[in-house]
Amino acid sequence: MLSSRALRQVVFAIVTLFGVAVVSFVLLRVVPGDPIAMMIAPGASAEDIARLRAAYGLDKGLVAQFVIWLGHALTGDFGTSISMRQNVVHLIAGRLPATIELTLTALAVGLALGIGAAVASTLGTRRLIGSTVDNANGILLAVPDFVWALAFVLLFGVAWPILPISGRVDPRLAIDFTTSFLLIESLLRLRLDIARDVLAHMIMPAMALALPLAAVILRVLKGALESEALRDYALLARIRGASRLRVTLRETLRNAMIPTLALTGVQFTFMFGGTVIVERIFAYPGIGNLAIDAVINRDLPLVQGLILTFGLIFILINLAVEASFALLNPRLRHG
Amino acid sequence: MSPALLSIAGLSARLKRPPHTPLLRSVDLEVAPGEVHGLVGESGAGKSTIGKAILGILPGAIELAGGTIRFCGEDLLAMPAGRRREILGSQIALIPQDPMTSLNPSRRIGDQLTDGLRLKRGLNGKALEDKAVSLLRDVQINDPEAVLRRYPHELSGGMRQRILIAAAFSMDPKLIIADEPTTALDVTVQKEVLRLIRSMQASHGTGVLFVTHDLGVVAQICDRVTVLYGGMIVEQGATADVLAAPSHPYTAALMAASPRHDQTGSGMQPIPASLTAALQGELARHGLERVTHA
Ligand SMILES: Nc1ncnc2c1ncn2[C@@H]1O[C@H](COP(=O)(O)OP(=O)(O)OP(=O)(O)O)[C@@H](O)[C@H]1O
Ligand SMILES: [Mg+2]
Repeated sequence: MLSSRALRQVVFAIVTLFGVAVVSFVLLRVVPGDPIAMMIAPGASAEDIARLRAAYGLDKGLVAQFVIWLGHALTGDFGTSISMRQNVVHLIAGRLPATIELTLTALAVGLALGIGAAVASTLGTRRLIGSTVDNANGILLAVPDFVWALAFVLLFGVAWPILPISGRVDPRLAIDFTTSFLLIESLLRLRLDIARDVLAHMIMPAMALALPLAAVILRVLKGALESEALRDYALLARIRGASRLRVTLRETLRNAMIPTLALTGVQFTFMFGGTVIVERIFAYPGIGNLAIDAVINRDLPLVQGLILTFGLIFILINLAVEASFALLNPRLRHG
Repeated sequence: MSPALLSIAGLSARLKRPPHTPLLRSVDLEVAPGEVHGLVGESGAGKSTIGKAILGILPGAIELAGGTIRFCGEDLLAMPAGRRREILGSQIALIPQDPMTSLNPSRRIGDQLTDGLRLKRGLNGKALEDKAVSLLRDVQINDPEAVLRRYPHELSGGMRQRILIAAAFSMDPKLIIADEPTTALDVTVQKEVLRLIRSMQASHGTGVLFVTHDLGVVAQICDRVTVLYGGMIVEQGATADVLAAPSHPYTAALMAASPRHDQTGSGMQPIPASLTAALQGELARHGLERVTHA
């Protein structure tokens, strides 16, 4: 039963990725912009340009190009970045950990803030508290991540410079890392000084990404908690003498998280879109920043690889959301 | 008569918003220790509103407009919230109407059943498990060890109602409010559950305020009965007296309208329109409109 479901999900993932590959391949080659034009020195001869085109396979037809690309991709070879002259897989693998650490931190912060605020709002009986939370929430929902990012740079980087505004780690502190998971590795190696520096670099971009997520979680969870609190089992818990906080934490939160989680998953995928601009603002060396460079340089193999990477991330997020549904809802575990 | 366990005096309730439609009109009602007190009336009469007022869970749209609710002499409406929670958790319990929605779908039966024992009695580990098993045995559930590990959706309505009854009795409360505890169940299960509540109540010496719209059920398990119509008490007394010689026409009509449990095949009689009209007139004289469900 479970294995057939797993099989279905793997097939679905492959079909999705293939679809993403086809669509992005076609789109990238139809849009204007010539990667060769971006890399040649001014005044190169027509033969030079033709030679480069042939070297990158750009002289062939669209279908032929795709078949060649797919054949290589199936063996794990996604080609060489045109602008950086490095293997695409290595390039992405080197940058991905920075984005994973950033987005997971932002996810954790967003969940903590959103859930915390929603739970706190159920404790106030007064209208005032509820409407204050709603108004604050309305404002939070309206402010996009990059606006937070710019505001943070101005506040904590310029006006009151207490945080580093660019990069991932102070080069003076950097050691020979064996992985690119700088935060995790420095924590595991007990280099708390480095972990602290990595966090200091991460806190502003992570907060910028986390606040819009927290706003969505707060909005959905608050409503779900309010309607769960009116259900019979929650009333019964109150009749048994449980305090409001206890009713929320023990009875309603878990059930209210089910609708919230679906939206958190969607919002988390949006966050990867957000990393493109936010990483750029903080010169943070993740795949979002890499994606901007790749697009500016019309670096087709790299853009293609990044699109597939994002596609794979979205699929994995959806799988994780489904798995956590089963954790929260006992009906799904048995049925 | 022994001193009252629950004593409601002059309780009035109305809608919070204008026109402040009255829902309860100066209700007086006493439940003695160990007594089963029936509260009957048709839908919308205000039975549940009385129960919710006692338990402090009136919906936001309804407000109390006067009266007192004393439990063992203490005014539940005037006491601080902390003291009230203490009493609610340990001395007053509810058997709810709908067993399908009254258990938390995401918590195991054992956890839900033992909340009070853990929280208020400080039981844990083996003692808690043993107590939970014996609670389920008391309500005649087979294989209680396995049931404790189940989730609500794995159990039938009758099973869930037994579990809710076990939970209500788990703290050995002095008063139980049972709000139509059998209406959501199959007819065959209804009788078993009624018998169960009656026998548990008798062995624990618990006072019960038993809300129902069915005089047949009242005849079966209630010592005393209060008849409510449009938020007003129209008759009150020992069950045998009231049923043998109803002094109020509404009670008589309700008797005719309720299915007889001791007789099979007798059809229900609707409340005659003439009586309804007469009652409307009487209520109007009391400044009370009949509140009807849409
Ligand atoms: N949440 C609410 N908001 C507004 N009015 C309500 C609300 N709950 C109940 N009422 C009104 O209060 C009146 C009494 O309702 P109550 O639930 O006490 O009746 P009942 O006797 O328990 O009826 P039933 O047999 O249907 O349970 C009804 O007219 C109902 O419309
Ligand atoms: Mg009711």
